[in-house]
Amino acid sequence: MAPSDVPSVQAHGASPSPGSRAERVAREDLVMFINACFSCTGQREFYGDARGQSVSIEFLHEYILGNYRRLYARTLAAGINHFNMAQIVTGLLATGRDAHPEHREEEGALIRAALRVLPPQRALRVLGALRSLRVNNRRARAVARDYLAGRPDVHFDAVKYRAKVRAAAVHAHLRLPGEVGPFLFRGWNQRVYETPLFEKFRAGHYAAASIYDLPFSIAEGLARKHGVPRDVFLSRIEGQMTSAEKMRLTEAAAREKRPVDLRFDLARAPLTKLALYLLSLPLGERTERRDEFHVALQRSAARAFSRAPAPLGKVAAVLDRSYSASGSSEKRRRPLAVALAASYLLRAAAREYRAFWSPRLDDERGEHGELFVQARGQSALGRPLAEALAWGADLVVVVSDGFENDPPAGAAEVARVFRARLDPQRRTSIVHMNPVFDEEDYAPRGLGAALPTVGLRDAEDLLTMLGFARFADGMARLDELEDYLAARVREMLGRAQTHAARGRGEARR
Amino acid sequence: MAKRAPPMRDVALHGIEIAPSQVRGAIRLVPLLRRSVKEDLRFLKRSYQEAATVVSLDGELLAPGVKYISYVPHGLVVSWSDDGTPVAAFGAQMSRPDGKRIGRGPCAVRIAHRMVKREEGNRLRMLPLHVAMEGFLALCFDGPDVAWSEYSKQAISTGLSPRWERVAPGYLVPGLADALRVFEIHDRQVGVLVFVADALASAFVVSHPEDYRALHRSILEDFFGELMIHYGLLPPTGHLSTLGMDAARVRDASDLIAEVERMRAEWASFHGFMAEGLLGRPLSSKQVYQAGPFALQRFMTDLRPSEENHVGEAIVRDDGELEYLKTYRLSAAQTRRAFLLLQLAKHHWNLDATAAGMATTRDDLVKRLSAAGFGYLLKEHVLKAARA
Repeated sequence: MAPSDVPSVQAHGASPSPGSRAERVAREDLVMFINACFSCTGQREFYGDARGQSVSIEFLHEYILGNYRRLYARTLAAGINHFNMAQIVTGLLATGRDAHPEHREEEGALIRAALRVLPPQRALRVLGALRSLRVNNRRARAVARDYLAGRPDVHFDAVKYRAKVRAAAVHAHLRLPGEVGPFLFRGWNQRVYETPLFEKFRAGHYAAASIYDLPFSIAEGLARKHGVPRDVFLSRIEGQMTSAEKMRLTEAAAREKRPVDLRFDLARAPLTKLALYLLSLPLGERTERRDEFHVALQRSAARAFSRAPAPLGKVAAVLDRSYSASGSSEKRRRPLAVALAASYLLRAAAREYRAFWSPRLDDERGEHGELFVQARGQSALGRPLAEALAWGADLVVVVSDGFENDPPAGAAEVARVFRARLDPQRRTSIVHMNPVFDEEDYAPRGLGAALPTVGLRDAEDLLTMLGFARFADGMARLDELEDYLAARVREMLGRAQTHAARGRGEARR
Repeated sequence: MAKRAPPMRDVALHGIEIAPSQVRGAIRLVPLLRRSVKEDLRFLKRSYQEAATVVSLDGELLAPGVKYISYVPHGLVVSWSDDGTPVAAFGAQMSRPDGKRIGRGPCAVRIAHRMVKREEGNRLRMLPLHVAMEGFLALCFDGPDVAWSEYSKQAISTGLSPRWERVAPGYLVPGLADALRVFEIHDRQVGVLVFVADALASAFVVSHPEDYRALHRSILEDFFGELMIHYGLLPPTGHLSTLGMDAARVRDASDLIAEVERMRAEWASFHGFMAEGLLGRPLSSKQVYQAGPFALQRFMTDLRPSEENHVGEAIVRDDGELEYLKTYRLSAAQTRRAFLLLQLAKHHWNLDATAAGMATTRDDLVKRLSAAGFGYLLKEHVLKAARA
């Protein structure tokens, strides 16, 4: 990456001529940035600490925002992770003055659409972050206003995310409907509320019986205040908990060796979340519930596949389950969970499928042996990749953090020699999907030049990411990448419009 | 009782294969895998909390005699069976420390009985690496065997006592803790070669993979020469890119698998080559304990001041398989000191004969002795005369 190579016209969005050096630099920068946005969350990884990760990703954001503002905004539509969407929205709102007049409208629409896609706590945190960054312009205020106006139930938000909503409202000088204003600023000190949820919240501060209609996270604090025993509280609040909350709580309780008994529908969970949950369980429980988990994973994978149906032929997956797939204390077993989920998804999508784990899974586990996978052992990707190629797959997907050591550069060499000697026409495609961001490379770590590397957020995105791989390969030109992004932008804005129209329709009724 | 094992001539990795290394910063860790795992020799770490441990080398606990004093963070408890049956994994009752504890809190001192002490049944407590270090310090410990007039009264009456050396714990080696954290332990792994800036710092082998997994982090508590602290600050060690694949040999996809295996084998032989300062070097060794078919020996490479030198201890099965190994790389100054002592001993501590044997002058020899820290062995006027 060399900032001096970037022509200044880029700042206004004009493309450099195809084939030029500037075009190559621009394309590589963008691919690197988009790849980073899939995998980096600024949290600790197995090899990198949180500080290094956040310094690295913040630099990338500033660099791309300064040089390719329009494409920076359009990255919002590329299916990147929530952390980076929030970063981009913050970055765009903080530097609104630099936006080119022609692109301002699209940028605004993308910001609004992105906030709507984000989970409410993240979107509200973006609006709150504007306060600490001292960003307060007309556009930022309008965005905050539109966001809160577009929320389906502002009363619920005001209770569940009270501090965040208040921060956004104060900072953007919002006029709030009905009792929301008094609620945010007086809280439970007001005599009485007419809005039922607010009244419950007020009453919950005085009577333990009233807390069970509140959102779980709010009720939890109040239960502590009233000294309600944990098991009584959990059994009565269960109806209020979302299934993500139940899953998270079960995982945390199992980690602290104080198991709780909460029932939730496994098959409704998203594929990667489900894999993460499965991997958090001890082997004994996985053995007992193996059929249940297998069916749930299959259903979840089928659901993910039906959302982006792209049937595949003969597919092999090389899946890394080495010790480094255990992630960090902030991202427990995430690389391993992504690999396991990817395996189920590819099985659902492919006509013929085989998984090659590295190190190899022992066959003694019998049926559904993948469910007992553990992050253990060395990274020997070379041999499984060679086996996958010998099996004759048309598509080989490698899911790995990019560190291999038995032997070092084994997979890179296999891919290089395979391309040079056995498959110069590129009949077989090999793609490396990396769920881990490497702070030193400013990108997910690669496995050599012959293997294009794509950042992977969740396993659910794997099939869409296969389309992105040709940009990582260096085969496609910058204008193709721009077309790709433009198409994703149209898609995202189209979705946002229908959503908004539906919302208005409901409001009228 | 099984037959006594012959003394070790060299460190040979019998029954062990080398796997490709894992690099983090300036640290390169080379995994050692056991070909066939046996269950009849197990190790367990026993931690000591005391600031210092005093080991009575001869005689009873607290009786007068030679003492070895050091910071000893942990000992190893070795269990074995004479007939090859698996040794049961021992439980919590084994955590009871041995010896005696004197003092309280941060001022506590542990008094231990011997470096290697038989406990009940087929169980042995040893202080890892200190067995080897004690052997090194005891080198020519008795001092001059002829009372030449140049030697001080102290040298004639008490020998080299007190003889001391300085070492650094592993957690002071920059990057070692991180390298051990991210190291991916193989399933059959029983040992590791530790390279700092591609210089062999230590080798560690146990008998059973599970024991290795449990003792992996204990390398941080082992001691290293201070040179390794400097080496740890050097820039990261790159992957060696020369060990690639030969495209010309690949005709179909199954050749790729063979080529990957060939790459692994090349790495292994390359690491063997990197560790030649220890592997295959002639040794002087001494048996410390015989436990059933297992012989515990300590050894030292032939002290060549121009090369790297290691001291260590090893357990070898009666069929020659290496079951335990732990080594320490001597610093250059330590090597020089031991080398000088051996030269003196070879010439019955006669300064003139030693100087002639080393092709130097008597004054130079005295200066070298004094610079190496052995000035206290010589009378003041001898030192002065040499300096004049």
